[in-house]
Parts: sequence; C-alpha cells; structure tokens
Amino acid sequence: MNPLYSSLSQIKIDLESRKTDCISLVKHYLSNIEKKKHLNAFLEVYAEEALQQAALVDEKIKNKTAGRLAGMVIALKDVLCHKGHKVSSSSKILKGFTSLYSGTAIERLLNEDAIIIGRTNCDEFAMGSSNENSAYGNVKNGLDETKVPGGSSGGSAVAVQIDMCLASLGTDTGGSIRQPASFCGVIGIKPTYGRISRYGLVAYASSFDQIGSFTHSISDCSLLLEIMSGADDFDSTASSKAVETYSTKLNFNRKAKIAVFSDCINHPGIDIEIKSRTLNYIEELKSAGHEIEFIDFPYLDYLVPTYYVLTTAEASSNLSRFDGIRFGFKSENAVDLESTYKRNRSEGFGEEVKRRIMLGTFVLSAGFYDAYYTKGQKVRRLIKEKTEEILSRFDFILTPTTPTTAFGLGEKSDDPIAMYLADIFTVQAPIAGIPAITLPLFQHSNGMPYGLQLMAGSFKEAELLAFSAELMK
Amino acid sequence: MSHNDKYEAVIGLEVHVQLLTKSKAFSSDATEYGAPPNTQVSVITLGHPGTLPCYNKKALEFAVKIGLATNCSIRKENQWARKNYFYPDLPKGYQITQHTTPLCTAGFLVLKMEGYENKIGITRIHMEEDAGKSMHDQDPYFTLIDLNRAGIPLIEIVSEPDLRTADEAYTYVSEIRKIVRYLDICDGNMEEGSMRCDANVSVRLKGAEEYGQKVEVKNMNSIRNVKRAIEHEIIRQIDLIEKGERVDQDTRSFDALKGTTTSMRSKEAANDYRYFPEPDLPPIIVSEEYVQKVKSEMPSLPEQLKQKFISLGLSDYDASVLTEEKEIANYFMAVCNGTKNVKAAVNWVMGPVKSFCNEQAISISEFLIPAKTISELISMIDEGGMNFSIASQKLFPELLKNPSANPKQLAEGMNLIQQSDEGLILKYIDEALAKFPEKVAEFKGGKTGIASLFMGEVMKLSKGKADPKLTNKLLLQKLDS
Repeated sequence: MNPLYSSLSQIKIDLESRKTDCISLVKHYLSNIEKKKHLNAFLEVYAEEALQQAALVDEKIKNKTAGRLAGMVIALKDVLCHKGHKVSSSSKILKGFTSLYSGTAIERLLNEDAIIIGRTNCDEFAMGSSNENSAYGNVKNGLDETKVPGGSSGGSAVAVQIDMCLASLGTDTGGSIRQPASFCGVIGIKPTYGRISRYGLVAYASSFDQIGSFTHSISDCSLLLEIMSGADDFDSTASSKAVETYSTKLNFNRKAKIAVFSDCINHPGIDIEIKSRTLNYIEELKSAGHEIEFIDFPYLDYLVPTYYVLTTAEASSNLSRFDGIRFGFKSENAVDLESTYKRNRSEGFGEEVKRRIMLGTFVLSAGFYDAYYTKGQKVRRLIKEKTEEILSRFDFILTPTTPTTAFGLGEKSDDPIAMYLADIFTVQAPIAGIPAITLPLFQHSNGMPYGLQLMAGSFKEAELLAFSAELMK
Repeated sequence: MSHNDKYEAVIGLEVHVQLLTKSKAFSSDATEYGAPPNTQVSVITLGHPGTLPCYNKKALEFAVKIGLATNCSIRKENQWARKNYFYPDLPKGYQITQHTTPLCTAGFLVLKMEGYENKIGITRIHMEEDAGKSMHDQDPYFTLIDLNRAGIPLIEIVSEPDLRTADEAYTYVSEIRKIVRYLDICDGNMEEGSMRCDANVSVRLKGAEEYGQKVEVKNMNSIRNVKRAIEHEIIRQIDLIEKGERVDQDTRSFDALKGTTTSMRSKEAANDYRYFPEPDLPPIIVSEEYVQKVKSEMPSLPEQLKQKFISLGLSDYDASVLTEEKEIANYFMAVCNGTKNVKAAVNWVMGPVKSFCNEQAISISEFLIPAKTISELISMIDEGGMNFSIASQKLFPELLKNPSANPKQLAEGMNLIQQSDEGLILKYIDEALAKFPEKVAEFKGGKTGIASLFMGEVMKLSKGKADPKLTNKLLLQKLDS
C-alpha cells in the first residue's frame, strides 16, 4: 500500500505551499489507524493530544519557529517512556503504569516538534520475533493478515507499513527492528551501541538494546538518527562521539567494498528464492562497479546461542524490579512477602518472558556461571573482534535480513528454538555493537516483502546511510 | 576465664561506611539525613522502568582517600557489578557494587594496643550503594519502607581475620572511625547507621593452624557493642566446644539489652547473588595521576599528626589525646600558629578548653572562643601581663560569655593586667614591710620562711595583679639589703 507521503521532505513541500497542514496530516493518520484497527498495531492512540500538538506546530510553522521535525507524525514502541503517558512493554505486569519522565531520545524528538500519535504493540519486554508474545494480543501483518509482522517491534513496523504515521521508533536487541522491517517492507535501522541514549528505554538486555526507527525513506531515517543521537548525562553508555549530520551526507560517490559470508548465503534454513535473489543482487552490485568478496565467518553457528545466553542473563536481572511492590501488577493471591514476589511475577509476566528470566537466572547461577555466562562473554569478544577485523577491510557486510519472509500466525509459536533462528542474520550486529540497516528492496513470489541487510563499522552510520540511499534510488 | 589461655579468637570485620556526598551514588537525589521518608527519591532511586545509573565522582574520590589512608593499592580498571536479590527495600532487585575488581586491595592498619602492636590486613575496600530502610516496628500490620537511603554511596572495608581479641576489634573500628572523620568522608555515627560493622568470629585452640567454624554477628550499633558482641560470641563458642558441641555456621544478631547474640538465619540457605558485570556502567579508569592528585589534597591523618606533635616536643600521651578528634587537633594547631609556646598551647587546649567542652558535652567545633584568642592569652602570660590562674579562672569565663572579645581589652576592663612596674611594686613592698616591722626582724634573724607573708600582703595590696616573679625578686632584694 502506498503511503500518502513517504518522507518528511515531501510533507515539507506541501506544508510550505499550504497544500496541507499538520492537523490534516494527523487526521489522515488517525483515519488509517481507525480503518486498520483490527491489525492491533496500536495499544493507545493519542488522538486529542496529537491534534492539539498539530495545531501548535501549525502555528509555529506560520511563525517560522518550527523545529526540524515539524510535520512528522510518529509512533512509539510501548517500551519507550513518554512523560504522563502509559508505558507497559506490552506486559500485564505494567498494565496502567504511567511514566513520570520522558526518555532522552523522546525528549529530543519533541524538542524538534515531532507529533507523537500513540504507542505501538510489541512482544512483551521486546522478547520475541513475531509479536505474538504481547499481553494485549498479537499484531497482524498489514500486507497479509494471516502472517506475523515480525517482532519484537511489530506494531511500529505495521504502523509505518500501513501509513498510520510517517515514522515510528522501535528498539533492537537481536533484530527487533530489522526483522519486522524486513517482514513489513520498510526501512529499519539499528544504530551503533551507544549512539542513542537508552535512558527511558525499558531495558531488555542493557548491553545490546538500541533505539532505532522505521521509515519509508533514508532521509527520514537519517534525520531521526541525527536528532536522537549523542551524549547524555543520564546514560553512561551513550557515546560522546560527535554526531554527524547524516541527512546532509547522503551522497555515496565511490565504489563500496562489501563482504558476504558464504555460509550465511548457503545456510540450510534460508528460503531458496531469497538466496537466489540476493545472489542476483550481488551480481548487479558488481556490475555497478562495487567490489564484493565472499568470505568465511567462523562463528556463524555461535551467534544465536551467544545472544541468548547473554541477553537472558541481563534480562533476568533487568526485570527484577518488576515485583508489583512500588508499581505495576499486584496479584490478589499474594498474602505474604514470598507469595508477593511469586504471585505478582508468575501472574504478571507472560510465558516467553518467564522462559527467558529462568534461562538467564540459570546461566548466572553459582556453578554454571563460568560454563555459560563467562563463556558467552568470551565468545562475544571473539565475534566482535572478528567482525571489526572484517569491517576494517570492507565497508559493509551484506546479508539477507531474514532467512524467510513473514511466517504464518501461530506457525512457530510452539517452537521457541525455530523462533530464535529467525534472528540468525540480525543478532551479529548487536553482539558486535555495530550499526545495521535493512532496506526493503525485494518482493517474494509469495507476495511478501523482504529486506537486504547491511552492517557497517562502529559509528559508520554516515557511510551506511549514504550507501543505503544509493541502493534505494 | 581460664579458657583464655587455651583458646584464641580469630576475628575479621566488615565495616560499611556511608559516604558524605551531597548526592546519591548513581543519581542526583539528595542524601540529607533525617528528611521525611521517601522524599529524596527520583525515578532512578525508585528503579522505574527505563532509568539508568550514573556514578558519583565524589564517591570515587572519597573511596580512593580511604584506600590511601589504609595503605591499599588502588585498582586502575574498576568494573561495577550487580548483586541480585529480592527485597522490598531494594528497588531495582539488585544492588550495584563491585565484585571481582574492588577499588582498594592489600592494605593494613597498625593497632597500638596496651604493650604491643598488631598489624591488621585490609583485604579489600569496594564501592557500592545502600539499600532503603525497612521498618518492622512502626506499624502493627505492615513493614514500612523508606527509600531515602536507597542509593546512598557506601564503601565496605573488609579486614583480614587478623584480629585476636574484642579489644583489638574495638580499637580497629575506632581507628577506622577516626580516619573517616579526619578525611571528612563520613560522620562515623554508628547509632544513626552511617557506619555499620559486621564481625566474623571463630575460636580455635591456641597454636592451631586451622580456623574454627566462623559465625557472622550483625546489628552492633556502637563501637562498644562491637566489643560486647564479640566478647559474648567468643565465650559462647568456647562453651560449646568445651561441652563437646559443634559451632554452627550461622548469622547472629546482637541484642544490646541482653548482651547476647541470637541466630538470624542459617548460612546453608544462603542466597545465590548471581553477580555479573553491571552492563549499564562502563568500567571506571582510575589513573595514577588522579590518585596522586587525590593524595596531594588529602588532609593529615591522625598518625601523621601525632608524629608531628611528638616532634614538636609533646609527650606520646598528649599527642594521642590531641589527635583523638580531628577538630581538637586542628584547634591545637591553630593555637600553635599564634604562639611559639607549644607547652602552654597543650595546657590550654587539654586544660580549660577541653574541660569546658566535656562539661557542656559539646564538640570543639561548637566551642566559640577563637584559637587566636587562646594564642593571645598565652602571649599575655608569657609577657608577664597576667598569670595562668587569673587567665584561666577569671578571664576565660568572661571570654566564654563574650567569645569574640579582644582578651587584652577585656582584661584591662576587668582590671586583671599584671603589675610589672618596678616602682609601683616597690611601693607595695615598702608598705607591706612597714606594716609588719617585727616580722621583718624575724626574717633577718633567719626565719626566711616568713617571706610568703610579705608576698601575700603585696598581692593583697596590688589586688592580685603584681607580677609574682618580679615581686618575689624585688622582695628578697629588699629584705636582704
């Protein structure tokens, strides 16, 4: 489905010429949200507030005092804190919880006059690859309602796919932006770890989590990134490295040097059509003069296990604060201190979250710590070093974003291991901390879109975006 | 107890010290003591979703100071860790601490005991955050929680099991308290909980190589109670062993009213804290330059000051007393700045000044007479304008009423300045001798002890202001002539 506008620059032209205004834009998106309500992409829509904000921004545009995001209507994944608004991480345990503060990235968007239209559904605590783990029901893919949108940021992907907003924010821990973007046919980026402050992002796995965006255009992707990025007093892991003006550097006027992992392209789990189309595309890039080399990546089979050992360890600790004592779900069956913890958490968390808390608690336990956590850390370092070494010789690593197109609702929900393997190509970037983007370049004969993933060296977002813009032309 | 010759105690102490930073360890929340419950709690202290810690640089500086003061090596690369456990006063469900990389290691303190010294190893000092406070006795049905304390920076000082007696433990904790007060990093107030101490106690036969079964004792809210608890625990364990029973691995709580310890929980059901590196905080790099800078800004420590005072000619005892508290040592040094008469400065500070503070039960920081005024009093005496007894008994009480007064002017106003005008004193002497002619004859007849009678008369005539030394000299000259 074609969006009314596919970039803010298009909108700005029409705002300038008074062909449209922010109120009309918000009304357009609200009407799409209403029409496609059954997709369950939004958990809450701020219709009144968005219209009020639109009126304010229209006034600012008239007075020529509007910020750089004036005219951009965005949706937030339900793991991002927005002052005075609910945030539930799609979990029963946070049902009704209102955030007392706004996360740094959200504040930076609001300062530039973005209009927030609502919060989107996702897998509970961002744990999942199909958006079937939400306490508030699954999300359907807007292109085929029998299919999943991917996850965990499924609602944010569908919101952009179906033109319920111009852009949306998601979070990516192992592929939670790029995989649904691929399944839904939009652009999704996961920046370098530390590029965007995590303050106000409800943590899943602290050393992996990053905020990123869903957009139709590279220009919007770049603009959002440059606005949200940069040092933050509230996040010591946010990098103080200077932020480039990515949106003004979108010309890639040289030939790229690209690495492709042979084992990745020849992976037994990969869809045959995705494989052949990706290989064809590689040939096209070669003909365009780019240099492509097939190389071996020795740790491919260790990516998913490393990811699950380390992320679940961090998650088991990060989710300890959800005990129902100071805020959140309180079970009626809690009668004393011990049952308060047991009942609130057993009844408040969903199955997948409990599975990961148990797994993470196990890998950190005395007697197992070295065999799992310590080893996981060592393997992570090896993967990171090897990836960095490759990216010192190549500009980019190219892979399909996902081994398949969007699968059917319920198809994998009983098989967590099959579900985990949906992340096989996307977990490398967060393990190594590097930026990665998925571009909606392909259409499968089954009618569903799928993406091409590019990874670049740490803080090489400018090159990554410029080359992406080149490929999207 | 005769068992004292047969058994020996092995004691290690863990001392928690709350750091006097203005804000918390990982947030900008205030740390003021005594604020209404749950008023110094931002979303970070409350552990709200999406919040992150940011470490307090002042807390690091304080921790480096205590490390240097206890002769530790300071680690360059410091990793934070999470200690995971569930408790309602622990908002995040984990405490941020240091696990495998404590900031300070391998230090020591030398305890000066009666007749011997004992060098106590410091295993480690690490940084962490405090939990909130659970109050179980304020409400008949509920435990109340105050999270003002949650997130206040702490350091934990862990000693080697080098202590052998309850007295040594007492001296060790006193020494730590003295140091943290000198460094101005903690008020050392055990009653308010800003300093806390847990003791690991075991006993073994004297000369044995192996340690006995260790028992942890908690809830000792004064240094005296640390001593009492350990004394009790040693006797309890020896009694068990003598009766042929087993000492269980245990955590025990000290009851200050009964003077006994009771079991809190068995260590067998110990928590698995699942320590792992805190992913929300990058490692802190403590450079050599930073350590040197902190070192150069450190105030003198009690032992250094004591040696300095001894080198000024003070006795070991006087130097110890004057360095017991930082404020007294500072006051003493300030008095010395205004006079070269160190002996007099000691007498004044340890005499009238300290007595007054003790009587009023105030600390010297609340003592209002400026050190400079004491120096001036010393000068007035040395110059012969006044003697010590008049200065301390007449002028000093007036100064206490009017601490900012100029002592010389005050003394003049009170007519207390000593008379050292020879002519005037000779006039008094003449008057005195004229009053008792028969006594003068007795003196000249060899009854020299009678001189004090004339002396007393001169003092009476001069209203006590005649310079006694000068008067004595002139009197004897006159009588001998």
